[in-house]
Amino acid sequence: MAKRIKLAIGLGSTCSGCDIAILDLNEKILSLVALADIVFWPTAMDFKLSDLEQMQNNDIDVTLYHGTIRTSENEHIAHLLRERSKVMIAFGSCACFGGIPGLCNLTNKKEILETVYKETPSTVNPEFTTPKTKIAQDGHDLTLPELFNDARALPQIIDVDYYLPGCPPVVELIEKLVPIIANFLEKGELPPKGTVIASDKTLCEQCPLTKENKMISRIFRPHEIIPDPKRCLLEQGILCLGPATRGGCGARCINARMPCRGCMGPTAEAKDQGAKMVSAIASILGVENEKDLSEGDVEKLMSQIKDPVGTFYRFSLPVALVNRRVKEGG
Amino acid sequence: MDGTDGFEPKIIGFCCNWCAYAGADLAGISRIQYPSNLRMIRVMCSGAIEVTYILEALQKGADGVFIGGCHPGDCHYQAGNYKTMRKIILAKQMLAQLGISPQRLKLEWVSAAEGQRFAQVVTDFIEEVKKLGPNPLCQEVTQHG
Repeated sequence: MAKRIKLAIGLGSTCSGCDIAILDLNEKILSLVALADIVFWPTAMDFKLSDLEQMQNNDIDVTLYHGTIRTSENEHIAHLLRERSKVMIAFGSCACFGGIPGLCNLTNKKEILETVYKETPSTVNPEFTTPKTKIAQDGHDLTLPELFNDARALPQIIDVDYYLPGCPPVVELIEKLVPIIANFLEKGELPPKGTVIASDKTLCEQCPLTKENKMISRIFRPHEIIPDPKRCLLEQGILCLGPATRGGCGARCINARMPCRGCMGPTAEAKDQGAKMVSAIASILGVENEKDLSEGDVEKLMSQIKDPVGTFYRFSLPVALVNRRVKEGG
Repeated sequence: MDGTDGFEPKIIGFCCNWCAYAGADLAGISRIQYPSNLRMIRVMCSGAIEVTYILEALQKGADGVFIGGCHPGDCHYQAGNYKTMRKIILAKQMLAQLGISPQRLKLEWVSAAEGQRFAQVVTDFIEEVKKLGPNPLCQEVTQHG
């Protein structure tokens, strides 16, 4: 019998869309299963944390980890998987950059608990009972994981070998894992550490739409306009994160006439996806009559972007240069 | 610490080669006095200043970031300063959302002949940042719980 690889699929705070993306391999999943024994995948099979605890270090060959680090349990499992695995792959945008749950860095634990357990209209909670990490009830000690103040990406917690971004990663990119795993199995060879399994260029480089004239005078939200299906969406005033986002996804949103939301994260050259996007917008919005615009006019123009942080860092706030909301004056 | 307690802010300045930096030079050779809180970096055009530089300066502990460029219409590269204005205004809106006072980011137009003006706008900005107090990014100890 041929040598087989031990594969684990671990998860943090996740919607499990990444698990579905793996199942979306359809019949190609057979080529993965031919290579690999799945030794841990709590979403799809009956595995418990104790199974992982009982393994020896480096017992697992390859781990795909998806989800943000949001709780003490996420952190514990991430550390445990790292110890048990030879190769750790951050799978999906949450693990790579924090993802959508990372937007919680715009608020904090206290505010979240107050909203959820006090302020929502349907909540009746006069004593403001909130989840505790440990309570004793009827002689039993009950525990819950602790919610962290900040969301973090996987590489901010543990050493990560490879990255496979996307929300969720596209099948074409997941397929690229199969020969990598096969090569590791047969020859023990791996790509250079830190490799991102995607394109090194921006999405714009791979975009099928035509770019003609990069000047816009206003911003349209997708529902406010029926875009010309052949022309660059950004040139039509729709906020598309293509210029600041890594390609490799096959431009699936663009092909459905929706703007890029940035799930592939920043490119290798760009340190900060949002900062890159601010520069891109500043280069095209209000250029035509730039000499006639006062500071107030430009302010009005830019305030058409209702939520710049949420839009430009939708998937990458935890790995941004300024990665959380702070408070002036302490 | 606040402005009254002798807080001396660190200000990072990016000044364009043709106007603001030359203005600073003139302030220097004219022996105009202004506070020493500004650490200046010369760039060829204010339009070349990436928002990344600003965020990185703040993240690394600058209490304020000063951007100096040519007056509108005077850009050595035709329109770099208009781009700067749009970029800085959008960056300010983003800073506000991140809880950082947009007043920590200052854009001023200074020509090569305006040594006096350079000293004045820098002095004013330093005063403004003193009133704001230290950069909140350095204060916040990210709690884990």
